[in-house]
Amino acid sequence: MSKEKLKANIWAFVVTAILARLITLGSGNLDRFDAALVGYTFATLFAAFGITRRYALWLQRPPTAMYWTRGWKVFFLLLHPRHIVSNLFRFFQRLFVHYAFNDFIWRRGRMRWLAHWYIMWGCVIAGGITFPLVFGWVHFASEPDNLEWYRVRLFGYPTVAFPIRSLVGFLTFHGLVWSSILVIIGVLLALRRRLHDHGAAALQEFGEDILPLFLLFAISVTGLMLTASYTWMKGYGYDFLAILHALTVIFTLLWLPFGKFFHIFQRSATVGVAFYQDVGKQGEQAKCRRCGEEFASRMHVEDLITVEQQLGYHYEMPDSPVEHYQWICPRCRRVLLGLAQGQLWSGVRDQESGIS
Amino acid sequence: MYLPNQNEFFIDPARCIGCEACVQACSECDTHKGHAMIHLEHVDRGQSTQTVPVVCMHCESPTCAEVCPADAIKKTDDGVVQSARKPRCVACNNCVLACPFGVPKMITDFELMMKCDLCYDRTSAGKKPMCASVCPSGALYFGPRAQIEQLRPRSTPVNKFQFGRQTVATKVHMMAPKGPAKAQYVDVTDAMNETGRGQRISLDILSTMYVSEEQP
Repeated sequence: MSKEKLKANIWAFVVTAILARLITLGSGNLDRFDAALVGYTFATLFAAFGITRRYALWLQRPPTAMYWTRGWKVFFLLLHPRHIVSNLFRFFQRLFVHYAFNDFIWRRGRMRWLAHWYIMWGCVIAGGITFPLVFGWVHFASEPDNLEWYRVRLFGYPTVAFPIRSLVGFLTFHGLVWSSILVIIGVLLALRRRLHDHGAAALQEFGEDILPLFLLFAISVTGLMLTASYTWMKGYGYDFLAILHALTVIFTLLWLPFGKFFHIFQRSATVGVAFYQDVGKQGEQAKCRRCGEEFASRMHVEDLITVEQQLGYHYEMPDSPVEHYQWICPRCRRVLLGLAQGQLWSGVRDQESGIS
Repeated sequence: MYLPNQNEFFIDPARCIGCEACVQACSECDTHKGHAMIHLEHVDRGQSTQTVPVVCMHCESPTCAEVCPADAIKKTDDGVVQSARKPRCVACNNCVLACPFGVPKMITDFELMMKCDLCYDRTSAGKKPMCASVCPSGALYFGPRAQIEQLRPRSTPVNKFQFGRQTVATKVHMMAPKGPAKAQYVDVTDAMNETGRGQRISLDILSTMYVSEEQP
């Protein structure tokens, strides 16, 4: 086993063990744990192992490792009392605009944004309800003196109470129904785009783009069927539906580390990238060694040179004052392509005319 | 779905007349609707009429993909390097700065790197990329190798480029002179001190004008 894989396995094991311990702690040594949900719990633990393993492997790739290290350095730099207020403001602004509203997807296309927004919020609400319930961290208990009231208990500690037959009760107990509806709308919008858009059709792959939509759709529909079964059909087919729903959820949890779902965990890197770019803009700029124009931060160019060397690329130019091709701006690189071809033809013409 | 065919992409910047038909056509491609991914560079606009059309060369070992911290840039089985995957791209600009050909574009509004993908919706179905279908001078050519070799007997396709100590092999070919000594690769960094074609002529004209104005 390679060093990288060993390290990733250790991290995955540690995180899974911590999560398992948190489950036993949060559920009062499994006192408040619902045994019927044990399948979901084990699938979550496997997912935690897989996600951490992939994340740890990902972080060890030279470019990711560079951003990871730089990101933390920049983060501590930005915690300086002089910058902290503006940076915290920027952090929360980004959290809201980027993660909650998905502004960048809005600009990519309204239909794409609508589909993503429905799916994302459906999943966020469903995850927020399901995981604490499955882990036994949250449960509902009747009030001893009034059976018409439920009290929410968080890690066993009493919190808010509400009447069972009330709007709050109705909305709370049907939380997964609302999230399923959001996900189904989003999935249908996304599938519609994938069926109609020629560009998307040319590039999409089943495992990467279609399977996640099918899985989310299957979870939502089987979940709604469970509600329909116990609400209107006197529990008809409930056991079968419960197993079917569990299978769809467990398969999705196990699929989380692979394919498209991994972006949920990967996207957090954008915060670090934004701060890295902010610090880069404030620092010294790299000037193109051909045209003299500024084209990036010096820190970024130097970091890229290091990463390229780690990856085994050799863009060094030892006999030239340029030193490394990374010091040439992208525009000059494009121009040089044409000039290089012209130079070859000049050489031929010179030879043909007997100049050299 | 990829349909294998005999067609390959050949670029011949020496033939470019700077008409920008490729730029207009490129933005009509379905995989990057409304955004032209081809670059049309003026070598030295004040001094020369020389222009260079630059499409993605689709490297065999793409530096852009290797330096991507999010592992967002993928190559298809038929060797086409795609734009960054939308869910993964973190808009870090690494690919834009690392590509030796200067191809990827950072679309800041979308927080997404986009680049020429050889009009994958078309080429994967056996059609020409948009730019090659409109280029009037043959600077961008998509077709069988035997055909272009027959049409341009003095040229030969080359797909190796030298950048300092690094050799980069690509799927897209550049037309280079066939003889007297056939070029094995295009040494891009060797052209660092080259100037645009026509520059000497224009400078001569300018100096003549300057001298004639000075004369009584």
